[in-house]
Amino acid sequence: MADSNETLTVRLWRGDATEGDYHTFTVPRRENQTVLDVVTEIQRRHAPDLAYRFACRVGVCGSCAMMVNDTPRWTCRTHVSKVAGDGTLTVGPLRNMPVIRDLVADMTEFFDKWQKAGGRFQGSRTRAEPMAEVDTTSKARRHADASIECINCGVCYAACDVVGWDKDYLGPAALTRAWTLLNDTRHADQRGTLDRAMDQGGCGSCHTQGNCMRACPVGISPTGAIAGIKRMSLLDFLGMRGR
Amino acid sequence: MSEARLFVLQRLSALVMAPMVLLHLGVILYATRAGLSAEAILARTGSTPLWPVFYTLFVLAVAVHVPIGLRNVLREWTSLGRAGVNAIAIGFGAISLLLGLRAVWAVSGWAS
Repeated sequence: MADSNETLTVRLWRGDATEGDYHTFTVPRRENQTVLDVVTEIQRRHAPDLAYRFACRVGVCGSCAMMVNDTPRWTCRTHVSKVAGDGTLTVGPLRNMPVIRDLVADMTEFFDKWQKAGGRFQGSRTRAEPMAEVDTTSKARRHADASIECINCGVCYAACDVVGWDKDYLGPAALTRAWTLLNDTRHADQRGTLDRAMDQGGCGSCHTQGNCMRACPVGISPTGAIAGIKRMSLLDFLGMRGR
Repeated sequence: MSEARLFVLQRLSALVMAPMVLLHLGVILYATRAGLSAEAILARTGSTPLWPVFYTLFVLAVAVHVPIGLRNVLREWTSLGRAGVNAIAIGFGAISLLLGLRAVWAVSGWAS
């Protein structure tokens, strides 16, 4: 249990798209304190103009992701005691995205790449037709299940080194989305999604480093999804892609 | 050619090359460790069409596989445009193919 006299030294990124640096704040340590609590405390007591994002505070919405000690994390689900063993904490905006201000990153490109990777669902039935039946025990459905919990928090995108050096790379989240659609029997544009996911900047650019898989707060393996799309593409070429 | 096709070609050529690289390395180790002279090696490689056929396939696989990988590396690490990268990759592939086939021709003994 943290002593009420104990303090925490927090280096927090302040700045905008053009310049900025880390400012140091001192806040009291509290029991069961999360990194989001610390950021909120700094905003309430020290820097009222601090910009940061959060909504649900319980790991559902995925909007509070930031770099915590150089690792992308959901700040609401990160206990200070787990990451600030030496009493210091460094918090910054998500990596690989332009900064809007302070801890707020511009996620426009991240979401645009979803579309580029063929992540838009396209149905084939009208509402007059009966609902599509999905076999919940099928292999495709199990693959989709493994990736479908993604809430677009951007943690994997910030964790990925390839995103950092290859501006064309669509990133782990967008390709994971494509993988769920490729395993969704209701999705009509299978061809379009597979082609886009394998196009320049798609699965071929992944280096299989696995940072996305390690960082994902919900335990999804984008690395596995990308490998799955590659495998599907190969089988598709050989005319052996099963549905 | 689409990125997906290039990806498939690279994987399939790798599939062809993998056992061939092992055999190739085995041959090198055997030839050098057994202390074979150049003449003895050439006599063996020219003794059966199997070796030239093996190495022709090997060269073809290399000429497909290597330029695709080189293209990916260049695209990722240099600021060369897409056309420039493609040109270098195709050129490199063509040179590999020519030099490789020339070498196969030389050890096949068919010229003499």
